[in-house]
Amino acid sequence: MLRSTASRLLANVRVAPKAFAPARAFSTTAPSFFASATDASEKVKITLPESSFEVYNLEKPSLELEFSKEALVDMYTKMVTMRRMEMAADALYKAKQIRGFCHLCTGQEAVSVGMESAINSSDQIITAYRCHGFTYVRGGSIKSIIGELLGRECGISKGKGGSMHMFSPAFYGGNGIVGAQVPLGAGIAFTQKYLDIPAVTFSLYGDGASNQGQVFEAYNMAKLWDLPCVFVCENNKYGMGTSAARSSASTQYYTRAGYIPGIQVNGMDVFAVHQACKFAKEWTTSGKGPLVMELNTYRYGGHSMSDPGTTYRTREEIQHMRSTSDPITGLKQHLLDNSVASEAELKAIDKEARKIVDEAVKEAQASPEPDLKEFWTDIYQPGSEPVMVRGREPGESHWY
Amino acid sequence: MLRILKSKAPNSCFRLTSAAFQSQRRLYADQPPPAEGFLPGVADSKLLKRTPEEALRNPELAALSAANGETEKMNFFQAINNALSTALATDETSVVFGEDVSFGGVFRATSGLAERFGRDRVFNTPITEQGIVGFGIGMAAVGHTAIAEIQFADYIFPAFDQIVNEAAKYRYRSGGIFNVGGLTIRTPCSAVGHGGHYHSQTPEAFFAHCPGVKIVMPRSPIQAKGLLLASIRDRNPVIFLEPKILYRAAVEEVPVSDYELPLGKAEVLKRGNNVTVVGYGTQIYKLENAIQLAEKHIPGLSCELIDLRTIVPLDIDTICESVNKTGRLVIGHEAPKTGGFAAEITTAVMERSFLRLEAPIQRVCGWDTPFPLAFEKFYMPDMIRCYDAIKKVTEY
Repeated sequence: MLRSTASRLLANVRVAPKAFAPARAFSTTAPSFFASATDASEKVKITLPESSFEVYNLEKPSLELEFSKEALVDMYTKMVTMRRMEMAADALYKAKQIRGFCHLCTGQEAVSVGMESAINSSDQIITAYRCHGFTYVRGGSIKSIIGELLGRECGISKGKGGSMHMFSPAFYGGNGIVGAQVPLGAGIAFTQKYLDIPAVTFSLYGDGASNQGQVFEAYNMAKLWDLPCVFVCENNKYGMGTSAARSSASTQYYTRAGYIPGIQVNGMDVFAVHQACKFAKEWTTSGKGPLVMELNTYRYGGHSMSDPGTTYRTREEIQHMRSTSDPITGLKQHLLDNSVASEAELKAIDKEARKIVDEAVKEAQASPEPDLKEFWTDIYQPGSEPVMVRGREPGESHWY
Repeated sequence: MLRILKSKAPNSCFRLTSAAFQSQRRLYADQPPPAEGFLPGVADSKLLKRTPEEALRNPELAALSAANGETEKMNFFQAINNALSTALATDETSVVFGEDVSFGGVFRATSGLAERFGRDRVFNTPITEQGIVGFGIGMAAVGHTAIAEIQFADYIFPAFDQIVNEAAKYRYRSGGIFNVGGLTIRTPCSAVGHGGHYHSQTPEAFFAHCPGVKIVMPRSPIQAKGLLLASIRDRNPVIFLEPKILYRAAVEEVPVSDYELPLGKAEVLKRGNNVTVVGYGTQIYKLENAIQLAEKHIPGLSCELIDLRTIVPLDIDTICESVNKTGRLVIGHEAPKTGGFAAEITTAVMERSFLRLEAPIQRVCGWDTPFPLAFEKFYMPDMIRCYDAIKKVTEY
């Protein structure tokens, strides 16, 4: 009897693995092209493919958008620099200079760069593990990011945290328990509303963390009080080694709050991400309450460095995503098609990115390990600490 | 280094400590810490049973050697795997679940189980720790054997409420109508050399404060298999902490047949007359090394080493019996000192053996700081610190 109860119970859990179909590959149809002047501030019009968005209880954002050429080149530069930085981290890990945990965002560059291009420094971001890219676009230097990974003094958290512990003034991290950051995002959004700051908080989590109970607790509070919070599910198809369909009863993450409208976005297209984030900021700051946003993206590497990333998905699938949906290749095509930059100019940007990253790595490597005095800092507010922190054996204490 | 730490250790001790520290520093100054962490001595530990004869010499396994004396070389995670396999084979209501367990889990402790026992008995859950434990409590309340895995002990805190308020109190608050005795929560714990804030903690003390759950932490493959089977079959919810650094580092000849080791019973690993040394999990190896060093440097000294194995219920009898003989007690654990389990042991011993104590009880614990990434080597209650403590109680 018990066994049959269990089988019924498990019917929902035991989902057959589905063949992976990319949600929406990067559009290969060229956008409308109007401008050809070389002036940096000259606008380029972009038309997003119809398939860029799916919506739940709201009207689709406009598919038309405009960027200055300068802004386009800036996006491209950030994306290639970010990728180069992650490749450097990968190499440093393999050379055993970075130890412990390291979660790379290679393949997901359009998410952070697209989001950053649509918001400003009064808007806030919080996420969990895959945080290097956000730290970079939110103002963290490459040296400070690599330094943090290496556990050096120049690290953005003084080298005390490592991969998932990076923060910058408008970026609340970088958190170690997936899902735990989501209600924090709602709290940050509450302060924005309370203080009448016309700004939004993007509270990010992965498809894996989307099933944590706290996510739903945060949805409820945010809607109850109509907070300017956008719950962003970075759906990269796999929570660690488990595909979304095996972990989630509904993989339509943008609909999962029910009473909160949602939007699904091609997260491999930096323009679509930009447009969705801009739309979300307007929506939330105009008092309409929270939004749920699903960004369909893909990580090229494993969940972490110890995961080759090929045991639960095929090499062909990864190769297919790289060749059809790569966010950098997609943007590059736009730049070429719109004569924003030539192939040679883009190559120069790539080369410069490599140089910048290489130099930053060298500087980070030259940075010493954090001084032992940092062992006891940042536990309590300076001046209000207990008189001392106890150490390993009696007598070995640190007195503040 | 020690000057900064304001050590009040005697001079002779200072010299030795300092020298040992510096050799460690030299070793790590220009290269990263070893992948296996700062853990000298597991490979050479005399506590690990490397031959079938040694393995079966254990009186707790005496019955086994007569029935089926076959052993197999296993590391810690293979022994866990073997125990889970035994549990699944002998109890058809038992199921194993957790994040990524059907693929073998991040530490390979469940590899092959889904293939062997079916995906309806060994399955992945979403990333939902509170849900995993709550789900297990529900299953166990019906009478199932629920073997849940929390991927890292650091992730157990989202499930804290379920463990403390639901699992631990189900029997009590239902007046015995329901219980969750079939629930076992396995979770990898403790330092690994580079785990940082969220992949290194050892949370036994949080749960020790909660009546109704048992807490177990084995030190070796043989112990892991026997204690895990006992935990699974024990009619109380059990939190089974697996020191993750030992998964590959600790290798023994493990009996292949079905056996259990007793919960609530500490094991005296080495007899001695002058100092009682108590620990559990990874710390046992540091204590073993510290004892070797102490016995070498202090003529005539002999230490008694006790592995608690079960943190709750605490086998205070074994500890006090030893302390009554030696008069001196050193306790080591990785978790921070304040509110750590060593405090509980200290108090319990003081209550029962106050007049037998010859020296203040020494606790060698992790610092009262968050678990650090860059400073792990300074945080750890390493062999030298344990040695210092033994020396201190000896010279008191």
